[in-house]
Amino acid sequence: MQLKGAQILVRTLIEQGITDVFGYPGGQVINIYDALYEYKDEIHHVLTAHEQGAAHAADGYSRATGKVGVCIATSGPGATNLVTGIATAMLDSIPMVAITGNVPNALIGKDSFQEIDITGVTLPITKHNYFVKRVEDLADTLRNAFRIAKSGRPGPVLVDIPKDVQVATCEYEPQAVIEKEPLPKVRESYIDEAVKLIAECKRPYIYVGGGAAGLGMGDEILAFAEKIGAVIGCSFMGLSAIPEGNERFLGMQGMHGHYASSMAQNEADLILAIGVRFSDRATGNVAKFAKKSKIIQLDPDCAEINKNVRVDLGLVGDVEDSFKRIVEKCDKTDRTDWLYRVRELKGEELRFEEEIAAADTSALTPKQVFEIINENKPAKTVIATDVGQHQMWTAQYVKFDGPRRFVSSGGLGTMGFGLGAAMGAYVATKDPVVLITGDGSFGMNLNELATAVTYKLPVVIVLMNNGVLGMVRQWQTLFFGKRYSNTVLDRKTDFVKLAEAFGAKGYLVETPMEFKRAFTDALQSDGPTVIDTRIDKDEFVLPMLPPGGAIDDIITKVR
Amino acid sequence: MDGKKTIIAVYVENQAGVLTRVTGMFTRRGFNIDALTVGETESKEYSRITIYMDGDASEQMINQLYKLVVVKKVEILQEDSIKRELMMIKVRNDSKNRSEIMTAVDVFRANVIDYSVESMCIEVTGAPSKIDAFVKLMEPFGILEMCRTGIVALDRGTKTLLAE
Repeated sequence: MQLKGAQILVRTLIEQGITDVFGYPGGQVINIYDALYEYKDEIHHVLTAHEQGAAHAADGYSRATGKVGVCIATSGPGATNLVTGIATAMLDSIPMVAITGNVPNALIGKDSFQEIDITGVTLPITKHNYFVKRVEDLADTLRNAFRIAKSGRPGPVLVDIPKDVQVATCEYEPQAVIEKEPLPKVRESYIDEAVKLIAECKRPYIYVGGGAAGLGMGDEILAFAEKIGAVIGCSFMGLSAIPEGNERFLGMQGMHGHYASSMAQNEADLILAIGVRFSDRATGNVAKFAKKSKIIQLDPDCAEINKNVRVDLGLVGDVEDSFKRIVEKCDKTDRTDWLYRVRELKGEELRFEEEIAAADTSALTPKQVFEIINENKPAKTVIATDVGQHQMWTAQYVKFDGPRRFVSSGGLGTMGFGLGAAMGAYVATKDPVVLITGDGSFGMNLNELATAVTYKLPVVIVLMNNGVLGMVRQWQTLFFGKRYSNTVLDRKTDFVKLAEAFGAKGYLVETPMEFKRAFTDALQSDGPTVIDTRIDKDEFVLPMLPPGGAIDDIITKVR
Repeated sequence: MDGKKTIIAVYVENQAGVLTRVTGMFTRRGFNIDALTVGETESKEYSRITIYMDGDASEQMINQLYKLVVVKKVEILQEDSIKRELMMIKVRNDSKNRSEIMTAVDVFRANVIDYSVESMCIEVTGAPSKIDAFVKLMEPFGILEMCRTGIVALDRGTKTLLAE
């Protein structure tokens, strides 16, 4: 059938199984919005307060489900407002398709009103991008965008569509949903080599990252750890991949990781790395990282092998398949000495934690906040965060309800990510969503409260309010002689009134009892709620490996 | 540097913006290259980029190239691959040095492609080392202007990159 470019765009999104999109209209996407109006029964559009919120929402939508998130923005400032959101998705390998309008082909390159070369701008922060010159190429370009976004190591793809292409007509034939391209299977000799290395080791550590978190392999990894007597740690992006409550799972390692998890990784003689990229925040000084250990790395991306850390064996291809084949070929081995040693480390960790807790005399400590959240959050709750101290406390304390229940900006560390992402996660899952944020991060994109109110998105916002930019302040305390340059906010914002002004419910809490009451009440709300949770400005995220430091430099107490 | 040079051939989709994607990645990842040429190939769909660099190509560089959606094939060429470069060099022409220049042109199997009372332009083709030698030879006479195409190279024998 003959359709206009804008209609082809929307029809192709529907054809590709897209049911929700996030965006903001503007001059060069009016035609697309006209087509969205036409097909509004088949595709739901969420109007955000700012394009950045739309990009983060599409990202959160994807993180919570694994589906491709879609956002739409107009040319020029609309497109540049997506940039932080696209970069956030890129650094965490999140499949996303960003659609931007642009000025008509005839006006391209003339510095026309709201013209920007967005494919040029997003070149380093997209997995790939397209400028669609002819309407005849539009549908196939979009299909390719979806194929690239979800295949291999996922990532964001941007499609820039000039206005005349949206208006021009051509033939459109619906096609089937594009499937992920199958990943290559690793050669048997490599599997055998991995099995041999595992058989020879005494202290195996399975190191799980974001590449494994989405695959839902948690139970299999735990069972494998039991079988070969290994322990499991994860990177920040690997959180929620492994079911909680098993003593073999030591939690996050790295800069703010659990003491026992980082120490065990350092003492291990074999690391089986699944979908991790050995980021500097996870390894510290790479010259001193895991020196006693051989490393086997499973990843779909060949460029991750030997990028940051030299590995002994890289298995590039289908991670799930490689893992299953390794599991089948490995013999059951006890390695109880290793478990005893890890229990000792756990004991030391517990002692540190108790010391920290005992020294903390504030009315409401972060640990108490998270204990109450853990005890009271309903099943399947998605926990989203912003970036800073509250994010690291979340990583340390929250007991996640399974894979894809943790939505947080790891690689880019985007303050202002949380609210948009939490909204996207709710739209995608309709499961309970709790956003943990700080007064710094929340201030960056709190305008999205308007969106959450309009669409009745019941995000419970736990605003850990300490009046300072806590993470930078912590660095200033530890490494800059307490010179608190521009980290004391000294703002007079009344977050309860602010929530009410947006049409949301607000609470102010200063004690555990008040927090619990507010939190359980907020969970019953049918719209967004803001819990202004007052904590002390000198709470620290501990332990901490100083940037560029090694395990011996670990800081476990400050006061 | 031990003087070792590496040549990488990259088949890329023949479309607008491809060179930016490749060179942008090199800048972003901090890879240093000496010269880069790009041109048509036996296939309409693909262009071939030839990268010439000091030392060994890193595994990272090859893998990062493969991650670009537009890259179809990457290959490090054999050391004995056939390498050619073309240079046009304009030198000062006067009665004192004319015969010496002409001897050099003869020996290097170069061609004089423009001739005026005060200057001549010479075209030289060959491996980069030959071009370097010719430049050195011309220096005393006064080089007015020169430009080099950068290297193109193919492996010897019937083997082709795309066929593999």
